[in-house]
Amino acid sequence: MNPKTNFDVRTIRKDFPNLNVHVHGKPLVYLDNAATTLKPRQVIDAISQHYREETSNVHRGVHFLSEQATKKYEKAREKIQHFLNAKESAEIIFTRGTTESINLVAQSYGRTFLKSGDEILISRMEHHSNIVPWQMLCEQVGCRLVVSPINEKGELIWDEFKKRLSAKTKLVSIVYVSNSLGTINPVGDIIDAGHHVGAKVLIDGAQAVSHTEIDVQGLNCDFFAFSGHKLFGPTGIGVLYGKRELLDKMPPYQGGGDMIATVTFEKTLYNVLPYKFEAGTPHVAGVIGLGAAVDYVQSLDRDKAEEHKEQLLAYGTQELLKIPGLRLIGTAKFKTAILAFVLPGIHPHDLGTLVDREGVAIRTGHHCTQPIMQFFNIPATSRASLSIYNTQKEIDTLVRAVKKAKTIFD
Amino acid sequence: MMTNDNQELYQQVILDHNKKPRNFAKLDPATHTAEGYNPLCGDHLNVYLRLSPQHTIDEITFSGDGCAISKASASMMTTNLKGKSIDETNKMFEQFRELINGKLNPQKDPNILGRLAIFSNIWHYPARVKCASLCWHTMKAALDKEPKAVSTE
Ligand SMILES: Cc1ncc(COP(=O)(O)O)c(C=O)c1O
Repeated sequence: MNPKTNFDVRTIRKDFPNLNVHVHGKPLVYLDNAATTLKPRQVIDAISQHYREETSNVHRGVHFLSEQATKKYEKAREKIQHFLNAKESAEIIFTRGTTESINLVAQSYGRTFLKSGDEILISRMEHHSNIVPWQMLCEQVGCRLVVSPINEKGELIWDEFKKRLSAKTKLVSIVYVSNSLGTINPVGDIIDAGHHVGAKVLIDGAQAVSHTEIDVQGLNCDFFAFSGHKLFGPTGIGVLYGKRELLDKMPPYQGGGDMIATVTFEKTLYNVLPYKFEAGTPHVAGVIGLGAAVDYVQSLDRDKAEEHKEQLLAYGTQELLKIPGLRLIGTAKFKTAILAFVLPGIHPHDLGTLVDREGVAIRTGHHCTQPIMQFFNIPATSRASLSIYNTQKEIDTLVRAVKKAKTIFD
Repeated sequence: MMTNDNQELYQQVILDHNKKPRNFAKLDPATHTAEGYNPLCGDHLNVYLRLSPQHTIDEITFSGDGCAISKASASMMTTNLKGKSIDETNKMFEQFRELINGKLNPQKDPNILGRLAIFSNIWHYPARVKCASLCWHTMKAALDKEPKAVSTE
């Protein structure tokens, strides 16, 4: 059986033990995949095997286990290199996640190369993790954060974006796929436009990696950040990709073990890439788990997987809109399987609690994107975000649960 | 067909206070006010008080935006606190906090909570406890502040 030619949801569901759980006596309907995805047994097993049989630090011993662990750790780096189509594995830096990756660029690249009068361009639809690190940098070096607006559908307004680019723009940092709206941004054009004015471009790929194939060389982005846990991998591990020519010029982000070549009290020589940016004992099990997650994703027929999610999105959109008064937030022409909505008379938190009692896990709140909520003039939304293992039947359960909640409030 | 346990939380009284919140207005003049915000939910409210010279609550109102639990809790807080002394208010706040954390059983333990006992189920919903307590913390913050001079104009 070759799963590549046969995308079968039932088979996929068997890989995710967490789907068998019952919540409040009802089968779990997990629709919070933009927050974090469930983990397939292949990932759970890889982590468990590391702790059961291969526990060891990396890059630090000559004994068998340490060599084993180091080999797997570096093998995972190569897997991610190929997954992103980076030129070399040394351009893959392990971090705690998207948030830390962006902070690394802000503090290492930003503090070194940006100065008073320079500008950083982001958009209105950024996650807080792609806003706050830049605000901190602005306070530190006196540069300015410029925000590009969005329209009522939740799309970037291209002309307004272009207008905000100038010779002052030193960095552009944009989300590939919005976690609150599902909007897919035209990152290829964004990167080209940024380069045209001489800026470096960072892409927040947190939601994109599970949605589409990534080719950092093809895109020609300067930095790319993502989190393992949104790609069926473990929490606490993520990646920063950066072009070598930039990473080489950047100072270390943190000091400690592994990031040095030699240490004396007079002078410390830093290690080569990527170790320069990986101070201290890394999340070895996390890296191995992430390697297994990348293997898992690549074993799927990704076109079929996307097709499946697109069908779910179309079906979910159609069924939710049948609920009187329901308004979708995020109706971009190009969007991923994210269904965010508001219902008059029911606050999202009440809805979240009520559908949870039916076993349905959705996210309610501002989704770490308060500027989006301010734009739409709403305090919060309810968000169902879909993944490869979700089914039409689960969407029916969601819709039924929302309707039931509505009867309580009507 | 409302047989499931949601009724425990979303009881008619709470739904009613959510739909028709009492004392839902800005109070002008007020002697004490404070703003409360729950960044996790985005719940946001203001509590306004007017104390008498004898330190009893002559008027208490609230304004703002939030979920049904936070709105109903604020609404019921205002109806229960009107006319109360500061000492009674503090005592009620203390007992309410124990109630929503599952540490006070209104059927067994002596208390002055009255209709507020309706929130006794909320500790089964840990994520929602803060929704019920936001207004109380805001009220307390208002009382702990230096009183504003009441303008008569
Ligand atoms: C678009 C986007 N950017 C950044 C993040 C931050 O990721 P993490 O919390 O894993 O660092 C998230 C997820 O929360 C996200 O959805």
